[in-house]
Amino acid sequence: MPSPPADLLAETLGDVSAVGSDRYPHWEELVRRAREANLLGTLAWRLEARGLLDEVPEAPRRHLVGASVESKAQQRAVRREVREIARALRPLGSSVVLLKGAAYLLAQLPPAGGRLLSDIDILVPKSKLPEAESLLMQSGFVTTHHHPDDQRYYRKWMHELPPMQHVKRLTVLDVHHAIVPETARAHPDSALLLDAAIPLADPPGFAVLAPTDMVVHCATHLFHDEEFRHAPRDLVDFDALVRHFGVDDAFWTALLSRADELELGRMLHYALRWSSRIHRTPIPVEVLEAAAGFAPAFPVRPLMDSLLGPALRPTSARAATRWARRALYVRGHWLKMPPHLLAWHLASKALRHDEE
Amino acid sequence: MIVGDLSPVDIRQRLEGPGLRITLGPLVAEIWSTSRLVQSAVEAVYAGHPISDSGEFADFHVAVRSTGGIRRWLKPLVEFGFDGAPPVQPLPAGQAFPLLEWGLNWCVASHCHQYLMIHAAVVERAGRALVLPAPPGSGKSTLCAALVARGWRLLSDEMTLIDVDRGDVIPLPRPISLKNRSIDIIGRFWPDAIMSAVVHDTIKGSIAHVRPPLASVDRSTERAVPGWIVLPRYKPDVATKLEPLSKGAAFMQVLANAFNYSMHGRRGFEVLADFVDASESFEFSYGGDLEAAIDAFDTLARPL
Repeated sequence: MPSPPADLLAETLGDVSAVGSDRYPHWEELVRRAREANLLGTLAWRLEARGLLDEVPEAPRRHLVGASVESKAQQRAVRREVREIARALRPLGSSVVLLKGAAYLLAQLPPAGGRLLSDIDILVPKSKLPEAESLLMQSGFVTTHHHPDDQRYYRKWMHELPPMQHVKRLTVLDVHHAIVPETARAHPDSALLLDAAIPLADPPGFAVLAPTDMVVHCATHLFHDEEFRHAPRDLVDFDALVRHFGVDDAFWTALLSRADELELGRMLHYALRWSSRIHRTPIPVEVLEAAAGFAPAFPVRPLMDSLLGPALRPTSARAATRWARRALYVRGHWLKMPPHLLAWHLASKALRHDEE
Repeated sequence: MIVGDLSPVDIRQRLEGPGLRITLGPLVAEIWSTSRLVQSAVEAVYAGHPISDSGEFADFHVAVRSTGGIRRWLKPLVEFGFDGAPPVQPLPAGQAFPLLEWGLNWCVASHCHQYLMIHAAVVERAGRALVLPAPPGSGKSTLCAALVARGWRLLSDEMTLIDVDRGDVIPLPRPISLKNRSIDIIGRFWPDAIMSAVVHDTIKGSIAHVRPPLASVDRSTERAVPGWIVLPRYKPDVATKLEPLSKGAAFMQVLANAFNYSMHGRRGFEVLADFVDASESFEFSYGGDLEAAIDAFDTLARPL
């Protein structure tokens, strides 16, 4: 049996017609990688959409069917939950922006197909944060982090409240007031994002980010996250969003200047570069070249390239992936907060470990 | 070839090398571990399970491995490895085999949504399934082991898998997990039972696993149609009593244990309703007299 290609999952997602035959040799590896990247539902959906699911041999098909059942159930639940949250936040009087998975789902954008969702993310103006929190508490959401250090950490340094969970429905909700932490080096202005947001018909009062902002946020989430475990999935989202919005020339003209305005040009550069490498996303050459203006200088540039390759190609068995993710974990914290804060954060977490 | 055909050295080499691929009903698990405790327990309680050849599709690739780091010299821990996020907290190294079993339960419960799953033991006679849905402490596993000791076929001691299209039960025979006093009770009731070494001080107390009879493992492709739903209630010193239970009450009990039924939406509701409708349902109180319990169940299965 030939050994599977490094980009097996990306190549298959890009062209699912390759796997339809009984002779396809890589099913076991494909299911493993897709599950690890949380992309089994997406793979199932893309096969289903092309009418190819029935041609998959029975053993791997069971996993695809299982993931498909799970993603459909999660999506039903998220739709219902978003309506509940909208009802709870109606007195807020300002529009609430859905982010990431729930936004793709409610705005019916391509990354939603078969996507598995773990929690719901919303963005509200910072001035409305206390009111939003109390409205949500009145409707049954409670905080999940009870240690005073955690509460302080989130409220003082992060861009979101400690995650909230509904006491009965158990849904997890992240309430953000910005798309990167307060302590981070970049300071994208949330007012810009909220002003440009596009209202949804359902539920009323809710909106999603404008196309350029959504793409920039996706890139930011991908490369600003210290846990690179979700990165392959985020890159699939990025690829699907760019293919969708990229048919409009105006999108490309606006994208780079918007990223610059939000101080997130470098994140966009990484995402465009790696999406085109791994997913062969159609990106105009001049956009790729202009985005390279946001790239870091030597020696960070080749270093990041050498780390991102293995980190973005999900293969849990490979040591290179683990090491690259470990290095990027440190980088993620570096981006998130200045060194003295980081030292404090890690030291207090380490000391607390013994209390548990 | 079955696991029992391999020598202990072969088993160890597979577990530590490419992984030991075991067929578990409709699934194939590739297990990797360097833990001697896992090796000896697998040898004891999976002896009858078929080995899957390496060309066959493996559903789950799992590992029980040392967490490493300097902590290993103070308090050795083992973790459960699985593609993606490790779902289960590391445990003391002495609990390596229970960790493997709980990890495999987690794999099935979290990733097999193609089936409708009920947290229930299930055994078979004459092609019909006897489902014992119950919360922990109701004596479900003890009853299950006792029934299997007296010739009922083990389909699963933990998870009843229902085919959503056909409405029948798919066997997933794995070692039966016994806790605390049940270990001695079953040891006396079923002296021939082959058990793994008892592991103490787990979150569930003392744990031992019983090797399923070869007859159950060999017939793991034979499904069972709905037969009986019995809700066991163990209370010390209560007389053995099997009483009919209304379909509605039985349905609610099955529902409470059907942890992925809502994922299947309306279809899930219909499949479960049909399943309960096609089964006779009973409530069963018993005070630990297993002989009387088995007699009561045998009466159910006797043709009228």
